Amino acid sequence: MTILQINNIETYYGGIQALRGISMDVKKGEIVTLIGSNGAGKSTTLKSISGLEKVKTGSIFYKEQEITNKPAHQTTLIGMAHVPEGRKIFATLTVKENLLMGAFSVSKKSVIEERMEMVFGLFPILKKRIDQKGGTMSGGEQQMLAIGRALMMKPDLLMLDEPSMGLAPIIVEQIFDIIRQLNQEGITILLVEQNAYQALSIAHRGYVIQNGEIVLSGKGTDLIENDEIREAYLA
Amino acid sequence: MFLEMIQTLPQVLIDGLTLGAVYAVVALGYTMVYGILQLINFAHGEIFMTGAFIGTALFIFLMGMSWITAIPQILVLIVVLVVTASLTGLMGMGIERVAYRPLRKAPRLIPLITAIGISFILQDVVRFIAELSSGNYIVTGPSLFTEQITLKLSSVSSNFNDASFKSSFIIVLVIAIILMVSLDYFINKTKYGIAMRAVALDRDTASLMSINVNKMISLTFFIGSALGGATGVLFAVQYGTIDPFIGFILGMKAFIAAVLGGIGNIRGAMFGGILLGVLEMFAAANLSLITAGILGAEYKDVFAFAILILVLIFKPEGLLGRPVAEKV
Repeated sequence: MTILQINNIETYYGGIQALRGISMDVKKGEIVTLIGSNGAGKSTTLKSISGLEKVKTGSIFYKEQEITNKPAHQTTLIGMAHVPEGRKIFATLTVKENLLMGAFSVSKKSVIEERMEMVFGLFPILKKRIDQKGGTMSGGEQQMLAIGRALMMKPDLLMLDEPSMGLAPIIVEQIFDIIRQLNQEGITILLVEQNAYQALSIAHRGYVIQNGEIVLSGKGTDLIENDEIREAYLA
Repeated sequence: MFLEMIQTLPQVLIDGLTLGAVYAVVALGYTMVYGILQLINFAHGEIFMTGAFIGTALFIFLMGMSWITAIPQILVLIVVLVVTASLTGLMGMGIERVAYRPLRKAPRLIPLITAIGISFILQDVVRFIAELSSGNYIVTGPSLFTEQITLKLSSVSSNFNDASFKSSFIIVLVIAIILMVSLDYFINKTKYGIAMRAVALDRDTASLMSINVNKMISLTFFIGSALGGATGVLFAVQYGTIDPFIGFILGMKAFIAAVLGGIGNIRGAMFGGILLGVLEMFAAANLSLITAGILGAEYKDVFAFAILILVLIFKPEGLLGRPVAEKV
């Protein structure tokens, strides 16, 4: 079953075209990765899906419901979570307050607490840092908090924008393990990465984006073997 | 000279704290809006003034009723405060919706000019209505809480003079403190307060948390303007006579208080307000003493603005403001 369907979207920044007709789909239970170099349009694609950017043409469907150009505070209400590039932790809010914001739309206290325990189970370090300001933590911890915050929404589709950015290899390994684990627990993942090798190795399928266009797509394992990809992204 | 300053200190503190509390609550409105939109809402002083007029009108209306004498004055005050705060709160929300929101993406100077425009409009609208209904834009409300209280501090220690004030001082101080403590609790402990801080830090990411950013901005304007309007009522109770131009200088001072404490910082605004009030009253009581009669009490405003300039030179981020160190 297709959980996310993107049809030929075009997005502009001012007068500059960032996306030139992107089409892709994500099926329930998959890990799909979108790889490409800096400025190719990866983040813009995610932002267009979650509603942070408006698309000019094309359409987006989530669980067969049209969400094209719906604002972000609405798209995130129906089971889709977006972990933005650069983590975007609320720097002067504590870890707990950051997590509470993830569950902003939930009013039941018991549900919030239950989810918070689930996040602490996944990232025990966050429990230790619960009263610390988000901005004072290391990059890896911030990434964990950003993912934890998104999980507070109990999403069916988790969209991650370059979770490995600026992190030490051992932390990246940890984060990718968690992503795989979340997927096994039933969360569909759309992963945007510059770190193509790592992303492709955990993904079921991948799309390669260049200059705002999808230039290649296929199974993760096939894309790793692909000569063009090897040359461009895995060298 | 030092001894003489000590003698007047109790009176200075009482007057200064009351004035400072008024500055502080108005300063909250500036700082909250700045925190969330980086906009200096110059119309905020006029919201305060409008609150003073609405409150005075309500007082005059209520005091005209014969049954009102059966009700304790403090209850009447609370009703007037709640009604006025709701009205000015809605007014602030409306101003944001009509005048600032369409300019959200414009360069920052543009909404600033708009704010100044709104402030002139409010001044003239209030003046027009006041003149139309009472023939004069200078309005005097019923005198309330006029009981004179004297603290016999000279009997405690001969270092002090007696301090005396109207009971309205206590009322203003207590209500202002209640407003500040409640706001502090709201911002720091409640879900919507945290969400407001989240929106102030990063609007896009806040919206990814299902927070409706526009609603939070409206809420910020509502609360800031409600506080400003309520303080207007307190001001009217304390000073009795008001005119449509009281918002300008008081708004300026409250804005100074906000900058003094670190604009965008809630506790900074409270601290800055109290500090400015006390310093101003200290200057009023002691300037001629310190300068051997060259400068009189009427130079207290010079003193207040000189402090602002000094703080800006040596600590531009304000006394409680910290330059934010962000990790990437």
